[in-house]
Amino acid sequence: MRALLNLLVKELLQLKRDPKIVPILFVAPVFQLFILGYAATTDIKRVELAVCDLDRTAASRQLVEAFTASTYFRVVRTVDAQGELDPLLLAGAARLAVTIPAGFAADRNAGRPSTIQLLADGSDATVGTVGLAYAANVVQQVNAAAGVRPQVEIRPVVLYNPDLKSRNFMVPGILAMIIMIMTMMLTSMALVRESEVGTLEQLLVTPLTPGQLIVGKLVPYALVALVEILTAMPIVLFWFRVPMRGSYLTLFLLTLPFVACTLGLGLLVSTLSRTQQQAMMLSAFVFMLPQIYLSGFIFPIQNMPQAFQLATYLVPLRYYVVILRGVFLKGVGFAELWPQAVALLVLATVILTAARLRFRRRLG
Amino acid sequence: MIRRTLAIAVKELLQLRRDLRTSLTLLGMPMLLLLIYGYALSFDIVHIRLAVIDHDGGRAARDVRAAFLESGYFDLVAHGRDERVLDGLFDTGDVQAALVIPADYGTTLAAGREAQVQFVLDGADAQTATTILGYARQIVASVSPVLRGAATSGPVLVRPLVWYNPDLSSSRFLVPGLVAFILMVTSVIATALAVVREKERGTMESLRATPLLALELLVGKTLPYLLVASVSAAGSLFLAWALFDVPVRGSLGWLAVVTLLFLGGGLGWGVLISTLADTQQVAFQMGLLSSMLPTLLLSGFIFPISSMPAPVQVITHIVPARYFLVALRGIVLKGAGPEVWWPQALALLAFGAVILAAATVRTVRSL
Repeated sequence: MRALLNLLVKELLQLKRDPKIVPILFVAPVFQLFILGYAATTDIKRVELAVCDLDRTAASRQLVEAFTASTYFRVVRTVDAQGELDPLLLAGAARLAVTIPAGFAADRNAGRPSTIQLLADGSDATVGTVGLAYAANVVQQVNAAAGVRPQVEIRPVVLYNPDLKSRNFMVPGILAMIIMIMTMMLTSMALVRESEVGTLEQLLVTPLTPGQLIVGKLVPYALVALVEILTAMPIVLFWFRVPMRGSYLTLFLLTLPFVACTLGLGLLVSTLSRTQQQAMMLSAFVFMLPQIYLSGFIFPIQNMPQAFQLATYLVPLRYYVVILRGVFLKGVGFAELWPQAVALLVLATVILTAARLRFRRRLG
Repeated sequence: MIRRTLAIAVKELLQLRRDLRTSLTLLGMPMLLLLIYGYALSFDIVHIRLAVIDHDGGRAARDVRAAFLESGYFDLVAHGRDERVLDGLFDTGDVQAALVIPADYGTTLAAGREAQVQFVLDGADAQTATTILGYARQIVASVSPVLRGAATSGPVLVRPLVWYNPDLSSSRFLVPGLVAFILMVTSVIATALAVVREKERGTMESLRATPLLALELLVGKTLPYLLVASVSAAGSLFLAWALFDVPVRGSLGWLAVVTLLFLGGGLGWGVLISTLADTQQVAFQMGLLSSMLPTLLLSGFIFPISSMPAPVQVITHIVPARYFLVALRGIVLKGAGPEVWWPQALALLAFGAVILAAATVRTVRSL
C-alpha cells in the first residue's frame, strides 16, 4: 500500500515537473470549451439571401421585408436579373436566392396564385435544408396574413429543451469529448514513454505488482480529469447556462465509469505500442475517432447502417452521451439510466482486464 | 541549398521506410477511415420512433396517421387512445415523437374550421428534433386542404430548386469535410513527432554540426511526408468519388493544387509543434488538441461558420481546413474555378508560409 502511494506521488511530481504540461492539462480544456461551445451550434441564423425582384412593386417589397424581418435571413445582395444569381451562389456569397416574378402584385391582387422561386445552395446540406424550411415558413406567414391558411396545423410541444437550443446538449457533450481526449492522451503515453526512456525496467524491480502499477498510473490522471471537470462545470452551467435538471451526485457517479473506460483505453494503447508515435496513432485513430463519430453525439446513431449501430455498443462515449442528455436536460436518474451505467461498468472492467493481461505479457 | 534539403528528405524517407508500420499507417489510414466513417455519418434521419395517440379514431384521423407512417421517416413504436401510453417513454428515449390527434378532429375538419394536431418532441437533441419537426410540418401540410375563406389576395406558392446537391444528401456535404478532417489530423500526427524525436534522441546535436540551415532541415523533413500524404489524399478523394457519390465537377488539376497547399499547411503545423515541444508526449498532446476538435468543429465541416458568434468566426481563420473545405466543396460540388476560390488558396499559402517561418525561427534559436 505504501509502495502504491509512493508511485502516485512520483507520477504527480513528474507531471508537475514539465512546465508545458500545466497549461495543456488545465487551461486548454477550459479554453477549448469556451470556443467550441460556441462553435457547435446547429441553430442556423443569418442565412445569406440574395433577392431578384422582377416585379418591383410595393407588394414584392413587402415580401422581401418579410424575409429580412425574420432573424433567419440576411439579405446580402439585390440583383436585377436572374442570371446574376448564379455567380453569387457559386462563390458562396449567397446560400439562398429568392426570385419574385414580374406580375407578382397583379396576380395576388386578382386573387390568382403567384409562384416565387427559391434557389438553394445544396453543397451545404444543413444550411440548404434549413434555409428552405425557414423560407417556407416565411411564405406561410405571408399567406396567413392574407387569409390563406392550411386547414390543419401542427402545434409542436417540445420536451426538455423548449427553445430547441442545440447548445444545451452540445456543450456538455463537448466537455465529455474534451475529457475523453485528455484522459486517453495522458494514459496512452504513460507506459510507452517509460519503456522508451528505459525507466520501465526500474519500475519492474520494485515490489509493485502489475495491478498496482496500473492503478498507480491511472489514479493521478483520474484526479487530473476530476479537476478538469470541476473547473469546466461552472462554465457549462453559468456561462453557457445549460440547465441542470438532474442531480449532481448522479452525474458524478455516472461519470466515474466513463472516465475509467477512457483511462483504461489509453492504458491499453500504451501496452499495445512499442514507440510513442505508434501510441499516438493508435489512440487517435482507433480509439478516439470512433468515440467522436460513433457516439451519437453529433451524428445520430439511428441514421447509421445496421452494422455500425451494432459497433456503437462498444463505444463508451455512446452511453455517456445518453447519460449527459438524461441528467442535464431530462432530469432523470438511475432508474432510467441504469442500462447505460451497467454498460459502462462492463466495458471498463473488460478494458482494464485486457490492459492488465497485456501488461503482464509484456513483462513476462 | 536544394542539395542539402534533398539530402535530409532522403534520410527521412529512409527512416520512414524502416518503420513500415508507421508509413503504412500514414498511407492507408486516411482511406480506411474514410471508408468506415463515410458510411456511418449522415444527417438524413430515418426510423424515427413515433407514438400515435388518436382520441378521434375517425377516418380523417386515420388519414393523418397513415400519412405519417407512409412517409418512410417514422416507425410506429407505440399507439393508443390515451396519453398515459406515453408515460416514461420519452424519458427513456423509447419514443422520440408523438402525434396526438384531438377527439374532435374529424368533426372540426368536416365543419370547415381550422383543426390542430399536437406533435410532442424530445427536444434534447435539438438538431434531430428540428429535422423531425420539419418532416412533420411537411406531412401535415400535404394532407391538409387549404382554406381560402376570407382571403384578401392570392396565395404565394414556392418552387424550390436545389443546386449542386439536388437531393440535399448530407453525405455529399459531409464526405469532403470528412476527407479534410482525416487529412489534417493525419498530417499533424505524422510530423508532430518528427523534430522532437531527434531532440529526445540527441541526434539534433549531430545535425547541428552539419552546414545545414534550419529552413533546409524543416523542408527536408516535411517533403517525404508530403509525398505520402499526397498519395493518401489522392486515394481518399478517389474513394469519395467512387463510393460516396461525391462528383468532381471542377478541374482535377486545381483540386491537386489546393490539396497540396492544404497538406503543406497541415504538415507544417505538425512540424511547428515539433519545434515547440521538448518531449514527444507534449508534442503529441499539442498536436492532438490543436487538430482534432478544432478541425472537427471550427472548419465548417459540420457546423456552419456563418451561424457562429462573430468572435468565434474570427478564430476559425486560423483553422486551415476552413479554407480547404470552401475550395474543395467549390471545386467538386460546384465546379468552381480559381477565380472563385483564389482567396482561400491564398490564405492556405499564407498559412503555410507563416508556419514555416515560425518553425524556422524556433529551430534557429534551438540550433
